[in-house]
Amino acid sequence: MTIDTERDTLQPAMDLDRLIDERVEAALAKRLDAMVAERIAKATKRDPAKRTAAIIASKGTLDMAYPPLILATAAAAMEMEVGVFFTFYGLNILRKGGPKKLKVAPIANPAMPVPMPNILGMLPGMTPMATTMMKGMFAKHNVVSVGELLKQAIELDVKLIACQMTMDVMGFKRKDLIDECEVGGAASFLSFASGAHTTLFI
Amino acid sequence: MSEPVHVDRYLDAKGQMCPMPVIAVKKAMKDLERGQVIAIAATDRGACRDIPAWAEQTGHKLITWDEQSGVFTFYVEKAGWEDE
Repeated sequence: MTIDTERDTLQPAMDLDRLIDERVEAALAKRLDAMVAERIAKATKRDPAKRTAAIIASKGTLDMAYPPLILATAAAAMEMEVGVFFTFYGLNILRKGGPKKLKVAPIANPAMPVPMPNILGMLPGMTPMATTMMKGMFAKHNVVSVGELLKQAIELDVKLIACQMTMDVMGFKRKDLIDECEVGGAASFLSFASGAHTTLFI
Repeated sequence: MSEPVHVDRYLDAKGQMCPMPVIAVKKAMKDLERGQVIAIAATDRGACRDIPAWAEQTGHKLITWDEQSGVFTFYVEKAGWEDE
């Protein structure tokens, strides 16, 4: 009789303890998850790398000058800190009067929207023709020129870095390039890019 | 679009192509006070995705947007930064 009573009173107490433990554990897990998510969100929000874009512009054709400049200006418009490293043929974009001289090559460019055999692209006069056509297409659709995009990039404080080695190899002097750019090398670009989540090679 | 939104500044980006609408709105934002609303009109279909993405990244609030015969209008409220 006494044993039974003891068991009857003990059992509910143990059940209650277990119930409390379970509830506390569940509530704690839930709260902890929310707290951790909040902390992570705060940290990523503050993370300056999330707001930094490092872009390499390595091509010197009219068509390939667009992507780095469009992305650079858009990123700057999104309040990101942006650096574009102009190397190899891409350096032509930074030459004084350079954007106007960029051309699109029809040869070996099967995506060219011209209904003719690609091999004809080798004929004299085809490159200027293709360039005029592409400029016309862009203008018709109100796409701004490369020169205008570069101007916007400068206005938006995009950091423009000219590759020193390319300058030496191609024989460009500092005065051949626009005043708004700075000159640097691979290490200076990488040092900037190491603090950027968005890094693009174009 | 139910109630009309109070607009402090109107920005016409009609006819402009990517990335010009976001550049234009970024520049226009400078002259606005916190809480003021800018309306951006654009015809570039890419702007439908770009303006919301721009707002999300910059922290400004996209209140609403509408489309009337090919013209997209976005209503964005300038955010304040005190709480950061």
